[in-house]
Amino acid sequence: MSGCSLLSVVLDEDRSFSVSDYEGARARWCPGCGDHSVLAATQRLLADEQLAPERTVFVSGIGCSSRFPHYLNTYGFHGIHGRALPLATGVKLQRPDLDVFVVMGDGDCVSIGAAHWVHAIRYNVNMVALLLDNEVYGLTKKQTSPTTPQGYSTNTQPHGTYLPAMNPLETTLGVTNASFVAQTAEWVPQHLFATIKAAYRHRGFSFVRILQRCPHYTEDLFLPFVQDPTRVELLEHEDGIVVPDLHSRFENQRHHDPADIDGARRLAETGDQIRLGLFFRDETHPRYDETRTLSAHTAEEKLSLLNEELDRYAV
Amino acid sequence: MATKSEIGQAPPAATDPGTEAPDVLSTPLHTVEIVSDPGEGAQTCGQIFASVTAKMGNGIWTVEIIPAEIQPPPRIPAGASGNRIRVGTNAVTNWGDRTNLVVAFNEQVLLARHRVGALEDDATILLENRWATHDDPAIRQEWTAAMKELAESSYRIVEVPMEVECLEVIEDPRRGKNMFALGLLTRVYDLDREVISAQIDHVFRKKQNREEIVQRNVDLLDRGIAWAQEHLDFRVDVPRRPTETPQVVMNGNQALALGAIASGMELAAMYPITPATSVSHQLGDIFERFGGVLHQAEDEIAAAGVAIGASYAGKVAFTITSGPGLALKTEFLGLAVMTEIPLVVIDVQRGGPSTGLPTKVEQSDLLAAIFGQPGDAPHVVLAPATIEECFHATVTARRIAETFRTVVIVLSDANLATGVQPFPRPELDASWQSTPADQSPVRAGRGPYDWDPRTGLSERFVPGRPGGMHTVTGLAHDEWSKVAYSTDINQRASEMRSRKIAVLQQTLQPPVVNGDESGELLIVGWGSTKGAIEEAVDRARSEGRSVSSLHLTFLSPLEPGLRDIFRRFGKVMTVEINYSDNSRAPFITQENRRRGQLSWLLRAHTLVDVDCWTRVLGEPIRPGAIHEVIRDHTRVLTDTGG
Ligand SMILES: Cc1ncc(C[n+]2csc(CCOP(=O)(O)OP(=O)(O)O)c2C)c(N)n1
Repeated sequence: MSGCSLLSVVLDEDRSFSVSDYEGARARWCPGCGDHSVLAATQRLLADEQLAPERTVFVSGIGCSSRFPHYLNTYGFHGIHGRALPLATGVKLQRPDLDVFVVMGDGDCVSIGAAHWVHAIRYNVNMVALLLDNEVYGLTKKQTSPTTPQGYSTNTQPHGTYLPAMNPLETTLGVTNASFVAQTAEWVPQHLFATIKAAYRHRGFSFVRILQRCPHYTEDLFLPFVQDPTRVELLEHEDGIVVPDLHSRFENQRHHDPADIDGARRLAETGDQIRLGLFFRDETHPRYDETRTLSAHTAEEKLSLLNEELDRYAV
Repeated sequence: MATKSEIGQAPPAATDPGTEAPDVLSTPLHTVEIVSDPGEGAQTCGQIFASVTAKMGNGIWTVEIIPAEIQPPPRIPAGASGNRIRVGTNAVTNWGDRTNLVVAFNEQVLLARHRVGALEDDATILLENRWATHDDPAIRQEWTAAMKELAESSYRIVEVPMEVECLEVIEDPRRGKNMFALGLLTRVYDLDREVISAQIDHVFRKKQNREEIVQRNVDLLDRGIAWAQEHLDFRVDVPRRPTETPQVVMNGNQALALGAIASGMELAAMYPITPATSVSHQLGDIFERFGGVLHQAEDEIAAAGVAIGASYAGKVAFTITSGPGLALKTEFLGLAVMTEIPLVVIDVQRGGPSTGLPTKVEQSDLLAAIFGQPGDAPHVVLAPATIEECFHATVTARRIAETFRTVVIVLSDANLATGVQPFPRPELDASWQSTPADQSPVRAGRGPYDWDPRTGLSERFVPGRPGGMHTVTGLAHDEWSKVAYSTDINQRASEMRSRKIAVLQQTLQPPVVNGDESGELLIVGWGSTKGAIEEAVDRARSEGRSVSSLHLTFLSPLEPGLRDIFRRFGKVMTVEINYSDNSRAPFITQENRRRGQLSWLLRAHTLVDVDCWTRVLGEPIRPGAIHEVIRDHTRVLTDTGG
């Protein structure tokens, strides 16, 4: 909208940034928490893309994972539980010139923030949304999350989680106007980096579900997949996320064209395997932020327009 | 006025205006209403009538008569829809008491108005009479029964063959009666036909075959004028005083929207909710031309979030809502206060709690607006009292929000939202608008909450400013926005956020007392009741009663000097449109009595025993009702000099 009405400083083109330029406060997550790995991959991306720290905004909700912005040296907005996406939408509508990243936990995004999540997918505003999915509520100490597997014991459902887990990929792929849907795992750093990078490069709302270990509460949940790479399948396509280095480690690879929405929906279904890669991408979908970008006016211009408007009410 | 026509009779015999001049009632105030089934255009008729009377130099106050259902069947009292316009020689500040002249398209909607006591006992009624002789015997029966019920009052009912007349001009009289009715009023109030025609042209400016439609409507108007000329034996003269100062005429929601534009705000986020939505309709119509974005969010929470995100990243943004939406925004308001992100919230109040009275007026959000956020969340609440103030309130709110890095809630209500009133055209000033967000580098050593230890004020670091990187957080934090891990930080930060509000309070002027500075009774009000309170006080004072009034714009912080003013009066009492227990009701004691919201606030603030008189009838309080209250609490002072 009014990005152009803001005085943009001419950036010093000679500046160059290294990973350490993006380091903020020391991360206070538990040792072994998957969030550390996501932070490292993100810092690497920022340096790789040479994003100016002052023109980059990380928005988060509340949860362990939502501490993320504090640990970066960019602008950050640590918001309220479940509501990172509306805040990020506001930032982007006001300032299309800024790069916006959103970091959410599974309770944050899939439960309390579900309404905003569904609508953010549909708005397709140009930003990167990272869902750090540890399949449990971490900060509040092991309560069932919408993504907790059925039967898994938590403090609120100690006899086992009652219902089958919700699959965030299926949900996202079911929303009209979804434009980028990917899944990665924090214990595969090359894939994580490549995925976040593809998300950043996508013009539209990029949704990335990151499978994330919580050593404290759900250590066992991802262990089988970490220990047995045959239970992981990589989605491969020349238009997708391809990390050749991983081919030796993950022998299961499946050819999937990210333009194929029906295939994407089928592959998103949960089974014994987890699939990493780009499920769907379409850059032709309308972007709400583009439709709402308007030319800015000076105060004087607005004044004369408003005077014309007042003429209509003149007695 | 001429003799009463018999109820149910054929139209009164034509009088020849050439030989017998009509009676002219000259009065400084007269109230007229037009009621129909929804979709018959009574509201358009009323709006055009109001605009034109205002243009010609009358004061006006219009309220909408809103049906209880969206698509009620025809001819039922619950469907009554239209406008009520109080016309005055001077500025009209409120909707007044009862209606003097009614144009009704059927007897059922008229009954509705009769049953709610909206009409003066001696009101004149121009009533469509085709129902009396309708083919359907059930309708004829309804007519007869209604006439019987109406006969209990001493109305003067003049039957008008509206459809029959309209059929001379158009084929479907149900879509055109309203212009015929406008013709009747044009004649009765002696309006300028040319001004009316121009207004009709304006109303239909967006229609495809505009010329044809306008012509048809003007033909109907003329038919109405001619019929009235021939058949009505009375006219009403409310003397006009065309003013020299340029005026504009609009409703409170239009004023809020235009004021928001004048303040330079460029992003409004909202979710539809009556009676606030028309602010957004107004913006939807024109905001883009100003480079503004109206964002209809998925819910009120998201609307608050988008507005806060936008404010954080640049110019102050605003969100528009009503009570239920304000409740949803609560957590986000706390976040904005905590992170010191400026935000303007417009709450056009309706009846509550819950879905309450969605289309009706109430002033029940006051305490929720001030205290509704869990935790200590100091911020600003102000309430415009007139439509003119609606315009300026948004400008003031934006400026305060930005200067003090805080949330400002503007409390309007359904009465202001739909009331239409002329006021002096604002002399726009470019300095009312926010300046573009600062993008200059931040000086080394400055933190994002570099609180001035005396005032609590600090400079905002908007994204884009090199060297200003930090993470705002709703967690307790220090000057650097670092999460507080030591005990004293929260105490200090809370102090700083609170101090700003004290600084603002010190810049406010003490309120001006309407009437004598001391006396027997002081009525205190806030928001849309101002006009009615002052009219009632004026009436009572002219009877020799010692009563004054005081109206508050700032509710949080409260304006200075209240305690001193209150102590000069024998009794202080608020008049509000919210609920309070009647002190004489069963079980109600001084101890357990629940009071009007402003009175709670003022009692706590001043330690004065502030009483209250409040009503939740879903309508603005009538000056006559307040006058009664004043009478109950004052004596007539006889000027004997001892
Ligand atoms: C409105 C509100 N409700 C509840 C909470 C408490 N709460 C904080 S984080 C959280 C869930 C955390 O789980 P998740 O979003 O999965 O993030 P994680 O901590 O696992 O990263 C809850 C319930 C809150 N802060 N605000």
